[in-house]
Amino acid sequence: MHKAQSVRGRGGTVVRNRKAYMDNGYTDAPVNPAKKPSNPSVSTGRHNQTYALMFVVILSFSTRFFKVMEPPHICWDETHFGKMGSYYINRTFFFDVHPPLGKMLIGLAGYLTGYDGTFPFIKPGDKYEHHNYLGMRGLCAALGSCLPPFAFLTVLELSHSPAAALISAALIIFDTGCITISQYILLDPILMFFIMAAVLSMVKFNRQISSPFSPSWWLWLILTGVNLSCALGVKFVGLFVILLIGLNTARDLWIILGDLQLSLVDFGRHLLARIFGLIVLPMFLYTTIFAVHFVVLNRSGPGDGFFSSSFQSRLIGNNLHNASMPEYLAYGSVITVKNLRIAGGYLHSHWHLYPEGVGARQQQVTAYHHKDYNNLWVVRRQGDGEDSGAPDLVRHGDIIRLEHKETTRNLHSHFHEAPLTKKHFQVTGYGINGTGDPNDLWQVEVCGGRKGDLVKVLRSKIRFLHLSSHCVLHSSGKTLPKWGWEQVEVTCSPYLKDTPNSQWNIEDHINPKLANISLSVLKPSFLEILLESHIVMIRGNSGLKPKDNEMNSKPWHWPINYQGLRFSGVNETEYRVYLLGNPVIWWLNLVCLGLYVVMVATASVSLQRGLQLDEKRREHCRVLMQGGGMLFLGWLLHYLPFYSMGRILYYHHYFPAMLFSSMLTSITLDTFLQNSDLLFNPATAQNLKWGGRALLSIAFLYSFYLFHPLSYGMRGPLAHDPSSSMANLRWMDSWEF
Amino acid sequence: MLASLTPPITLKLELDVLLLGVTFLGLLTRLGGIQFPKAAVFDEVYYGQLVSLYVKQIFFIDESGPPLGHMVLALGAYLGGFDGNFAWNRIGAEYPSNVPVWNLRVIPALAGALCVPLGYLLVVELGYSHHTAFVASLLLLMENSLIVQSRFMLLESVLIFFLLLAMVSYLRFYKLWSFASVVPSSAGWAWLVLSGFACGSAVGVKYMGLFTYLLLLGLASVHMWQLIGDRNLSTVRSGAGRLLALVLIPVLLYLGFFYVHLTLLYRSGPHDQMMSSAFQASLEGGLARITQGQPLEVAYGSQVTLRSLSSKPVPCWLHSHKANYPIRYENGRGSSHQQQVTCYPFKDVNNWWIIKDPGRQNLGVSSPPRPVRHGDIVQLLHGMTSRFLNTHDVAAPISPHSQEVSGYIDFNVSMPLQNLWKVDIANRESERDIWKTILSEVRLVHVNTSAVLKLSGASLPDWGFRQLEVVGEKIYKGYQQSALWNVEEHRYGRTEEQKEREVELQSPTQTDVSRNLSFMARFMELQWKMLTVKSEDSEHKYSSSPLEWITMDTNIAYWLHPSNNAQIHLIGNLVTWVLANIALAGYGLLTLIYLLRRRRKIEDIPEASWDQVVQAGIVCAGGWAVNYLPFFMMEKTLFLYHYLPALTFQILIIPILLEHLYIHVLRNQFQRQVFGGVVLAVLCLVFLVYHIFSPITYGYPELSSDQLSGLRWRESWDILLRKR
Repeated sequence: MHKAQSVRGRGGTVVRNRKAYMDNGYTDAPVNPAKKPSNPSVSTGRHNQTYALMFVVILSFSTRFFKVMEPPHICWDETHFGKMGSYYINRTFFFDVHPPLGKMLIGLAGYLTGYDGTFPFIKPGDKYEHHNYLGMRGLCAALGSCLPPFAFLTVLELSHSPAAALISAALIIFDTGCITISQYILLDPILMFFIMAAVLSMVKFNRQISSPFSPSWWLWLILTGVNLSCALGVKFVGLFVILLIGLNTARDLWIILGDLQLSLVDFGRHLLARIFGLIVLPMFLYTTIFAVHFVVLNRSGPGDGFFSSSFQSRLIGNNLHNASMPEYLAYGSVITVKNLRIAGGYLHSHWHLYPEGVGARQQQVTAYHHKDYNNLWVVRRQGDGEDSGAPDLVRHGDIIRLEHKETTRNLHSHFHEAPLTKKHFQVTGYGINGTGDPNDLWQVEVCGGRKGDLVKVLRSKIRFLHLSSHCVLHSSGKTLPKWGWEQVEVTCSPYLKDTPNSQWNIEDHINPKLANISLSVLKPSFLEILLESHIVMIRGNSGLKPKDNEMNSKPWHWPINYQGLRFSGVNETEYRVYLLGNPVIWWLNLVCLGLYVVMVATASVSLQRGLQLDEKRREHCRVLMQGGGMLFLGWLLHYLPFYSMGRILYYHHYFPAMLFSSMLTSITLDTFLQNSDLLFNPATAQNLKWGGRALLSIAFLYSFYLFHPLSYGMRGPLAHDPSSSMANLRWMDSWEF
Repeated sequence: MLASLTPPITLKLELDVLLLGVTFLGLLTRLGGIQFPKAAVFDEVYYGQLVSLYVKQIFFIDESGPPLGHMVLALGAYLGGFDGNFAWNRIGAEYPSNVPVWNLRVIPALAGALCVPLGYLLVVELGYSHHTAFVASLLLLMENSLIVQSRFMLLESVLIFFLLLAMVSYLRFYKLWSFASVVPSSAGWAWLVLSGFACGSAVGVKYMGLFTYLLLLGLASVHMWQLIGDRNLSTVRSGAGRLLALVLIPVLLYLGFFYVHLTLLYRSGPHDQMMSSAFQASLEGGLARITQGQPLEVAYGSQVTLRSLSSKPVPCWLHSHKANYPIRYENGRGSSHQQQVTCYPFKDVNNWWIIKDPGRQNLGVSSPPRPVRHGDIVQLLHGMTSRFLNTHDVAAPISPHSQEVSGYIDFNVSMPLQNLWKVDIANRESERDIWKTILSEVRLVHVNTSAVLKLSGASLPDWGFRQLEVVGEKIYKGYQQSALWNVEEHRYGRTEEQKEREVELQSPTQTDVSRNLSFMARFMELQWKMLTVKSEDSEHKYSSSPLEWITMDTNIAYWLHPSNNAQIHLIGNLVTWVLANIALAGYGLLTLIYLLRRRRKIEDIPEASWDQVVQAGIVCAGGWAVNYLPFFMMEKTLFLYHYLPALTFQILIIPILLEHLYIHVLRNQFQRQVFGGVVLAVLCLVFLVYHIFSPITYGYPELSSDQLSGLRWRESWDILLRKR
């Protein structure tokens, strides 16, 4: 069939290429898929592809599982994610900047393989000893092993060229970086698994365009949606793949809209199906993940203080769980005051002064997220009169002093500008043993209350109005610099608009003179919890600022493989693992990005100029511009946003982008080799095509042989020592293995 | 014959009258009485400093933008004969008679006034009627915020002027070219070149101009792409012409601004220390006076000061003094108790070190001098205290993962002397390169521990006099500026005696060689410094976030009369702002509807009108977006006036949308008449609001407290009330 097609309707220039065209088992895209199985040559192609896929799977699993138990101690971030896996097994509540799915899967894998959650995961280098960590590492390695087959299938689907598919799989299989990052208890292999699965499902879904609403069409649509929600459920980086698939879907719909043979009703069905599969279903699954997270983690743990009072009351073991305390705020009570802004801190002070040049040199007042005795304040009357006998209750409109229990200074404000929010006034701790000045007086107001209303502990939203300068106690949410111990700024705001930032609630309330009443705090709804935990996560993420003196990884370092990450070991005697991409592969990727841009520019200019191209070339242009374009967009979306991130960045953030880059490389190289007859004479081109493939295979294998100790561990002298076996592999001064 | 000629002439006359009229009104509103107030208004204190430095031809670095803007302001000062003598330290400070207020303010005011006719022309170039253009220019004319920003020595109006000019001239070129449908005439090329100049100037005034320039380039490339598709045309010539005009001219112009900048500012000044020693040496006075004629090659016996290449947190010199590390730090860790070695940001006699050959005893330079080369081992002797630079396996005071660096004192506690350092020239050209004053970037690698001498960036507590910490970094990776040092001041030591040497160290250096840096090297360094110097991103009382700008939730008080309630505020015309927002949203919605319907082959408007809608959308809505959205990514302190370029483009959408509705949506005459009436009423309303706010736009007449409170239309505006 091919032969017939290619001879028919082509001039002399085509005959020249015919051999090249026939012998790569190439199947044309526009061929009706229904006809495929009846064609013997296509079915052998199918068989070959199956064998190739099996080969890829075997290679992939064997490289990832080789020495997966080495080293038998905590490596790098295993200390976090292993620990969080254990928290799930122990059902202890914790706080992390990433969504829960990845850690839940790690916890589940550990649980199923008999890990009991007792290993403390204190710091990198601690030995696992008798604890069973196989399940957790095995899960990550298994998911990481799926990346090359996924890349193979995706590229095959996009380019219909088994050669390209094999190149893409080989690029990932033999990349030391991809091996290393798949072998430990980390979120990245899980994340990359879902990203690649989503892309693969999307590509498969795109192929079903000719038979919409068929079972396989629905299957791939739903799989895309499921993988998207899982990717986002592991890390927020999943947003980038959502964006990629969103753009692809928009383009898809645009084409359908332009098809005038379809009625608007048909278009509506297409639209609704996609809304269901790619928006509603993923959102449902994503919230389900969180629902499971909250149901499983029902015990108080280290993350409590980041959350609101009502949230904490859900946790067994928290002091607010089935709390019992005096119901109404009274004079003489010892209290903690929590800001009502989502994830606001406790009103806090400590024995440190504001530094020179920052307002008045008085004691700092901040908002702090952790539970601490410095969060305790005592409610005092306006005058110095000691409380007599029966305690008086505080009412709306009362004028009080708040005395810091530990330092006996009063909450104070005055006309100095606040340290960060210059439009507001500074809040300090002033006076000693409760003796201060009129600037220590605050009027208590219950939001929505009237004069004389009592202040309910936990439930009332209250604000503190500064009497003399007429401003309200406010938490800006900005982090103070080092002198303020990176706690949150507290100011007095002259803008009296009601915002949660200037509202507070009483959380702990201790007054021995009053009877304790069991309080069932208003249980928060699931959506409130969800929103709150997201805001806490996002704040936590943007709070991960690079430290001043730390060597910081910059996004431009990544594609050039400038610097790796130490996973294990520093010294000569230790077992060292170093996360660094195989430089041959990474630099090839880099070159191919440039080559791709040049090739696409050439192709699109010649198409725009209306150059007459034969069928084969036009197909190559299509693969390059559509398939390659999608991958290029994926690379951009997974890479460029890092330039605008203020948070601390690490080398391993590049790995999802690297997968896209590898797939793009395979398509670029394959198209380049197949079209080399445009640059050279046919015989040379033919040699170049086979020679190029052979050269690539040798280069991958040999560089893998050279650099495999990076992943599989090395001992002995460091590479900057000339006696080391790795000495002549240190191609860049910045590598530190 | 005569009858057929008459109508076009009258039409042309009408155009000129409208254009001339708005130009005249623009000049009147922007230029009238700009000498008032005769006091420094808001950011004038900032630009004024730079203008003074220009007039005095003193070098400075300003990270806020490229030099053209400041040069334009300085031109005004030059023409007015300003001598640069004013302190510029306080907003509201009265100008003395030597400050030519009118001259300083006239150029921005002129640029601001010309924005009004440019707005008119832009709407015309986009293919809309002169009436529409007239409405556009009226809206710009009565925009209080643009008036305020134009009337003082500030740069936004100049930026807006160039942005509009660039767009107008490019569109004019495109129109001429597409009418001719062959390679454009010389008039067409002239417009293109003008566009290139305007683009370059816009970028030269403020970096923000870059985004509009990119938008224009995008538009030009789309046009170019269509050209490629047209096989009848030879694209090479016209493509090369565009490339030349729109890329090469702005780039050359930008370089040209810096060339003028660096040529004008040849004297050393307050920001010298931020630059490299080589750069400083190229300025007259300052370091050049000291380094001029220093020996080039560092030799054994040389007396040197070593400057850290990193200027974070501040530029500083390797320093030591007669004070030891405390035996125990506050956190309980111990030290060697040897002499402190720090990095000190001021010139001081204690910054002098002597390069000594470990194999010999003498400290003077032999004759002939023996130069120090890459890879040589040296000792560094502190000139005033005669202690050797030493490092050892003791944790540094602030960065405990690194080694302490000390001036060695033998306490007889089995802490041996480890004072050998290998000279590693990072920018060497050959392996036997000689260590050169100022030019060589040197790493000092400790021989025993292979630690590298490095500025940690932390400052020491009180016991270290708050100077900067210097450490030995054991794990040294890559190229770090903080571990590189260069010799700044240098002389060949002559004496062996300590006392005489101390005298020698106190005396200034002198000999004679001079070095010059090429323009490109100076440009690259200055540009890099300007982009990387971090200004304090602290909040200002009147700073705001981009989200507040759309609804004008914020204002800026520019000036308050020293004794009464007269004041000037940056507050826009609220009606115009609201209308502009509505128009933008409406325009977006309309385009979306047309787009979707066209996809289904339902064509509501003719093809030509659709093209017009798209082009106006790209220029105006696009101009708004590129001048507004980037601010969300910026971390610097932002003010309401940053929104004005975006606002200018946004305002132009109002009349464009109105005309579109008038022609394509309203069907019968009655609707159109009503519509015309509404437009007229809205214009009156705009004028009314302009009039109401004009006292705080122009600063007179003085309003009473009640009237001022009445102007506080938004809770969040800060209007100053003087307490009586």
